[in-house]
Amino acid sequence: MLLSSKNLSFTYPGQKTLYFEDIQLKEKESLLVLGKSGSGKTTLLNLLAGLAKPEQGQIQIANQPFSDFTGQKLDLFRGRNIGIVFQKPHLLAPLSVLDNLRMANFFGKKKNDRLEQLLDELGLSARKNASVLTLSEGEAQRVSIARALANEPKLILADEPTSSLDDENTEKVIQLLKEQSSKIGAAMIIVTHDQRVKNQISNFMEVKAS
Amino acid sequence: MNLFKLSWKYLTFRPFSTGLNVLLLALGLAIIAVLLLMQDQLEKKMNQDAEGIDLVIGAKGSPLQLILSSVYHIDFPTGNISLNEAQSLTRNRLVKSTIPLALGDNYQGFRIVGTNLDYLELYQVDFESGTSWTQPFEVVIGAEAALKLGLKTGDEFMGSHGISEGSHDHDANYFKVKGILKPKGNVMDRLILTSIESVWYTHEEEEEEEGHESMLDTKVTLHGLPKIPGDDSKEITSLLVQYRNPMAAIQLPRFVNSRTNMQAASPTFEMSRLFELLGVGINMLKGLAFVLIGISGLGIFIALYNSLKERKYDLAILRAIGATRLQLLALIFLEGFILTFLGAVLGIIMGHGFLALLISQNQSGVMVSIQPWIFLKSELWIVAYALMVGILASVIPAIAAYQTSIAKQLTKA
Repeated sequence: MLLSSKNLSFTYPGQKTLYFEDIQLKEKESLLVLGKSGSGKTTLLNLLAGLAKPEQGQIQIANQPFSDFTGQKLDLFRGRNIGIVFQKPHLLAPLSVLDNLRMANFFGKKKNDRLEQLLDELGLSARKNASVLTLSEGEAQRVSIARALANEPKLILADEPTSSLDDENTEKVIQLLKEQSSKIGAAMIIVTHDQRVKNQISNFMEVKAS
Repeated sequence: MNLFKLSWKYLTFRPFSTGLNVLLLALGLAIIAVLLLMQDQLEKKMNQDAEGIDLVIGAKGSPLQLILSSVYHIDFPTGNISLNEAQSLTRNRLVKSTIPLALGDNYQGFRIVGTNLDYLELYQVDFESGTSWTQPFEVVIGAEAALKLGLKTGDEFMGSHGISEGSHDHDANYFKVKGILKPKGNVMDRLILTSIESVWYTHEEEEEEEGHESMLDTKVTLHGLPKIPGDDSKEITSLLVQYRNPMAAIQLPRFVNSRTNMQAASPTFEMSRLFELLGVGINMLKGLAFVLIGISGLGIFIALYNSLKERKYDLAILRAIGATRLQLLALIFLEGFILTFLGAVLGIIMGHGFLALLISQNQSGVMVSIQPWIFLKSELWIVAYALMVGILASVIPAIAAYQTSIAKQLTKA
């Protein structure tokens, strides 16, 4: 098992506790997390990414007790092993496209000579030295996918990656995520309520506010 | 990529805000650098020029003016004293040695000083070329004066009356350059030195226009005061005195000031009085500099803090791709650090540049002998001080960056 979670729960101050179904995921497997707005999809993703601490339960990633990690160890483990794609691209504005990817390498303490090839595969090789401010929405989201892949992670987490994209770009982005994750042998979890994504990935779980 | 490069990119991403802050800081530091340099060099020079001169005796008037004109050769002389009176003072038991000075002429702004060879020995001069004078109208020229006037050994020139440029020429006599001094970095560099007799003769020529040849044949006094028995009319401008013992410091000035028509002034006392007077202005400039530095510190703080608000997402992203809290803290500190370091370097360069400009505007006077491109150890304190401002200004933004909650920032969108 690459990823397994057990009895995860989380409580926002002054709200009801959220309980999550257990997840078991092997390498190269993909999983959609569906649910209504406010059902706790993003919270689950934050827990899996170590951005928030579960109130109860454990997470294991690549046989490591991920949910027990804290501080620098947690940050470094996340940087090296988990690639996150956010709803909005959130690129670092002062840097060029390629430097945005290099930043991931720097903080994850990994070397990757394939960055330019990766950009090529995502159809961005012409823009590699461009300022990220000049990119279109679709291009920017593809760069953020490239950034998530820059450290060749074991697990890719995507939070509504297609919500602001048109049909054409949505299909492109999902295809790229599937291709690239299988290429580096990573498992992938996509949080979405986008019908267009459901058409492409069949394996899903549903989160209900309970 | 590394943290340093990242903070540099963030700084250059906002060039105007960064530039303004660096400039503000640099201005404040430049003022401090100029003050430091001027204070250090002026004080050093003032002390160096006054070394070996315990007391100056001259005509009554402002004691400060007497010191400035006779020791530093910058102000106008107070008047003349009678040679006989000066002569009698040299025999005082409290006096170890004396050097007479006769001022009143210049050549293109450089003062012609009538004196004896003791004056050259006082400053331990070395000759670049030629030797000291032995005949009337032979002169020795300081290094800087020689360079600016373009005079060489053997050249001749005509002096003008008065101690500043533009007065009428003495058209009777040519001075002949006998020797040129090596640069020493003191007052000698800007003087044209000759015998007392030369100065007397130039002025007598004007009145009499005769006996020209006979005067040139006369011997000049090389040491001590000229002795001209039976002539009471001869005058000199001032007398530089060295005390025989510490007692003299108390008794001699009082004796001169109360018992004679002359006045005595001590260079150390008058200069410390001058610096006290200037102190008000210097303190005001210092105050202004600190206000500028304070404002720039505040500017840096506000710039970092504002940019932090825009950058909370960026910081969260950095954490998400593996940056630790400490690395974010370091990132913000590094920005403040780079900003103030640039300010410090620019400030020091601006300070020296400003001083160089100031000096190039002054053709003569004390300012000329200041070296604008000497670097002092105390300038390292400017850098240290600037970096301290930078660190202080980045503390709060850095802590805010340290405490950024990633999940909260990223899910807000």
